[in-house]
Amino acid sequence: MSEGAATSRATDRILGINAWLVFLFLYAPIVLLIIFSFNDNDNVAIWTEPSFRWYEAMFQDDNVMSALRNSLIIALVSTIVSTVIGTMLAIALERYRFRGRGTLDGIAYLPIIIPDVTMAVMLLIFFFQAFGILDDLLGVQFRNGLPTIILSHIAFSISFVAVVVRARLSQLDNSLEEAAADLYASRWQAFRRVTLPLIAPGVAGGALLALTLSLDDVVVTQFVSGAGATTLPVYVFGLVRRGVTPLINAVSTVMLVASMVLVGISLGFQRGAEARGQRLADPEALLDEISAD
Amino acid sequence: MTAPPVTDDQTTVAPVTPELEQAAIKAESRRGFFISLPAFAYLVVFFVIPLLLVFVYSFATRDATGLTVLEDWNLESYKRLFSPLVLEIFLRSLILALVTTVICLLFSYPFAYYIATRSPGARNILLVLVMIPFWSNFLVRTYAWRVILGSDGPVSQMSVALGGEPIRLLFTNTAVLIGLVYGFLPFMVLPLYAALERMDWRLVEAARDLYADGSTAFRKVTLPLSMPGVVAGSILVFIPSLGAYVTPAILGGAKTTLLGDYIVSQFLAARNWPFGSALSFGVMFVMLLATIFYFRAGAKTL
Amino acid sequence: MSNPAVELSGVTKRFGDEVIAVNGIELTINDGEFFSLLGPSGCGKTTTLRMIAGFEFPSEGSIRVHGAEMGLKPPNERPINTVFQSYALFPHMSVAENVAFGLEMKKVEKSEVETRVNRVLDQVQLAKRADAKPSQLSGGMQQRVALARALVNEPEVLLLDEPLGALDLKLRQAMQVELKDLQGRVGITFIYVTHDQQEALTMSDRIGVMSEGSLLQVGRSEEIYERPTSRFVADFIGDINLIDATMDGSGSAHLGNGVTVGVPAGEAAAGAEVTLALRPERLALYDLDEEIPAGHNRVKVRVTRRLYYGDVYFYDVDAGLGSEIEVKEENRPGVELYEVGEEAYLVWSPEAANLVLG
Repeated sequence: MSEGAATSRATDRILGINAWLVFLFLYAPIVLLIIFSFNDNDNVAIWTEPSFRWYEAMFQDDNVMSALRNSLIIALVSTIVSTVIGTMLAIALERYRFRGRGTLDGIAYLPIIIPDVTMAVMLLIFFFQAFGILDDLLGVQFRNGLPTIILSHIAFSISFVAVVVRARLSQLDNSLEEAAADLYASRWQAFRRVTLPLIAPGVAGGALLALTLSLDDVVVTQFVSGAGATTLPVYVFGLVRRGVTPLINAVSTVMLVASMVLVGISLGFQRGAEARGQRLADPEALLDEISAD
Repeated sequence: MTAPPVTDDQTTVAPVTPELEQAAIKAESRRGFFISLPAFAYLVVFFVIPLLLVFVYSFATRDATGLTVLEDWNLESYKRLFSPLVLEIFLRSLILALVTTVICLLFSYPFAYYIATRSPGARNILLVLVMIPFWSNFLVRTYAWRVILGSDGPVSQMSVALGGEPIRLLFTNTAVLIGLVYGFLPFMVLPLYAALERMDWRLVEAARDLYADGSTAFRKVTLPLSMPGVVAGSILVFIPSLGAYVTPAILGGAKTTLLGDYIVSQFLAARNWPFGSALSFGVMFVMLLATIFYFRAGAKTL
Repeated sequence: MSNPAVELSGVTKRFGDEVIAVNGIELTINDGEFFSLLGPSGCGKTTTLRMIAGFEFPSEGSIRVHGAEMGLKPPNERPINTVFQSYALFPHMSVAENVAFGLEMKKVEKSEVETRVNRVLDQVQLAKRADAKPSQLSGGMQQRVALARALVNEPEVLLLDEPLGALDLKLRQAMQVELKDLQGRVGITFIYVTHDQQEALTMSDRIGVMSEGSLLQVGRSEEIYERPTSRFVADFIGDINLIDATMDGSGSAHLGNGVTVGVPAGEAAAGAEVTLALRPERLALYDLDEEIPAGHNRVKVRVTRRLYYGDVYFYDVDAGLGSEIEVKEENRPGVELYEVGEEAYLVWSPEAANLVLG
């Protein structure tokens, strides 16, 4: 921003103070939570002394561990599948023209704006009906469980992946793909050697988003999970409704730190790629894409 | 010099005719369709059909045992949408979502403006600092407020230390509001930042050159140009806030029911799927209206 | 001419029902020649080039490369390479990797790839930057990489789509000379698309002028400049004065202001409406009492403007013909200058005019 457009000193100072207040607001709860997870006391809010007691308890709690395991499996599978499908969708919408493209474009945006409660309701009813029909047809009674959770997570992640990859793809000079063809590359070779490496940051960004959405999800999972399987967020959610315990603090801190580490790695990956002379898409691009409509 | 011409497959290559051109265009089109097919199929099965099912269910009836009977199609569920209780819940949720959006906007705009006007190096660092909470687990971030606002929590303790009554914020609408603002603030910041960052600041310079002072330049140049960001951010905050479930469940009280929880309870406790479906559709309809409204309002200022 | 490099017959490109981008082009490009497609934006020259390359298919027509029909063959099956306007260098690959790309796709042996890449990088003087990434190079260097990447494959034809557009003037002029020399050395047929007539005139063996999808005139640079066959071509190339006239019975032309002038012998019938196309440098101003060369045309004019360009003077003169006529006089030592408002004779040789019909 040039000097001629700069704000006055006084305004700038006020803006600065506001900014620091906002940062304080954003981080204080997180920091407090982490600190309290190391509290020795049974009572959550009264600080006695630091200890790892609750972390030990957490790792010994079978419920927590199995929920964690489920979360990771679900997140991994749904991320991989939705990233592949979502990337293919982005390519089809961005580079090709076919009948039904407009409709597909519209349908693909819906999961992004629909609130998770509605999504949960939709999938609950769907599986209920589907299992009923399958029971009538095949005599086999399917139940909600890990598979239904995975299928549901994929359903809402595909669109998010597609939007991020599309944003990246649209920034790509499409004469690059023509150049590859001009240099004797087949469609697949051009994709593998030119397109894919250049959209890789977008694909990674989309995958990260899908991963986060899966690990974060509460309502949809709650509705489509069965008696046996539960995920970590849903389990914690259940616990919290019954009351706050230090164990939850510890679990929460682990979840928090894990997600922060994930972000750190992804941003580090982005910085590295930038140093190698590429521009990258990030969540801004996702929001850019939405705000550009 | 240049290589001699290739002659092997010459017998089969013909000059182009309009029919051949059309065939080539169709082949390309088919290719694109097939690439989109996995996503298309998946979304139709796991999204469009479920959506249609909800629509169908909203006209169904609920029998005595709580099961849904797909006969006796009626509009009872929709009629119930206009009952006083439902309208009250809806209004409460609407106001809460609006207030959340406004508060987010009020604090995010200066915040985003500040970041957008720093040097590129500082900007990057600040953005990373905003991203970290954005990507962190939503449930946990909301839970943190549960700890803080509890009657034994730091907020309470602080007010006692200052010689007053212990503040009981938990399980109130205010707590939910704080939780929603906290959860969705980054959703407002990022589009605003994106819009401000891409703005051509020379236009502000031009305004200054034409005798506008700071606040006029802001009002007439910066604000309208950043409208797309305001619109995008508002939608991204308003819509999830309207349908919020987790945040009110953790921070809200039993006395103040909001839409999210009300819908969920139709499917868990109350077992009235048709009504729950009608509610869901009603909420979606309002959200669609809100989206259109925001876009129109945003476009008008341009 | 044995096996022309490229032949286009009846090549037409329609977009949808309304837009005809390219309209029935008949063109033969000779082996080893530097051929330019020249025309304003939107005339269809780039579309034509893309059809030769295979990025677009014609709606109808035949494109043959050294006698081989291209039909609906995709670009990767054509013995043609392209230098793109935006260079289209792969940003994630080094210069050497970019240049090697085509050879790798054709599964050329690794050692041969290395040799050929190094050789061509030497030819464009970029051997030292072989490991750099495109973003680290200047525009001129990137352009040379694009050239190297295409040439290393020894294509039968090289297509260039306004490759010098992004460069500044001095660099562009230097590159024009380099490209022309390169083409001469390498001997590959170059098809060069540009809207800059200066460029086309300097570099080409032959030029094809296009407008609104049609090929208006094909010929050597001198032909195009000195003997344009249509109003458009005359106007597009260089500065031109276009003067309407009517033929009289004896092979002379009758101007709007009543003066009769001699014109090159041609097929214009008596009474036909024609246009005289006169290059400003073929016109001269003489004092009213000066002796005029025999047989030259002479029209009384008044000077309305004089512009100084350093090496030349431009005069606008009013001949009573409606619009003014432009005269270009070389700034020789001792040249006679005319002041604004002065009267003089506008003089030219009848053969200097081009008679253009329509």
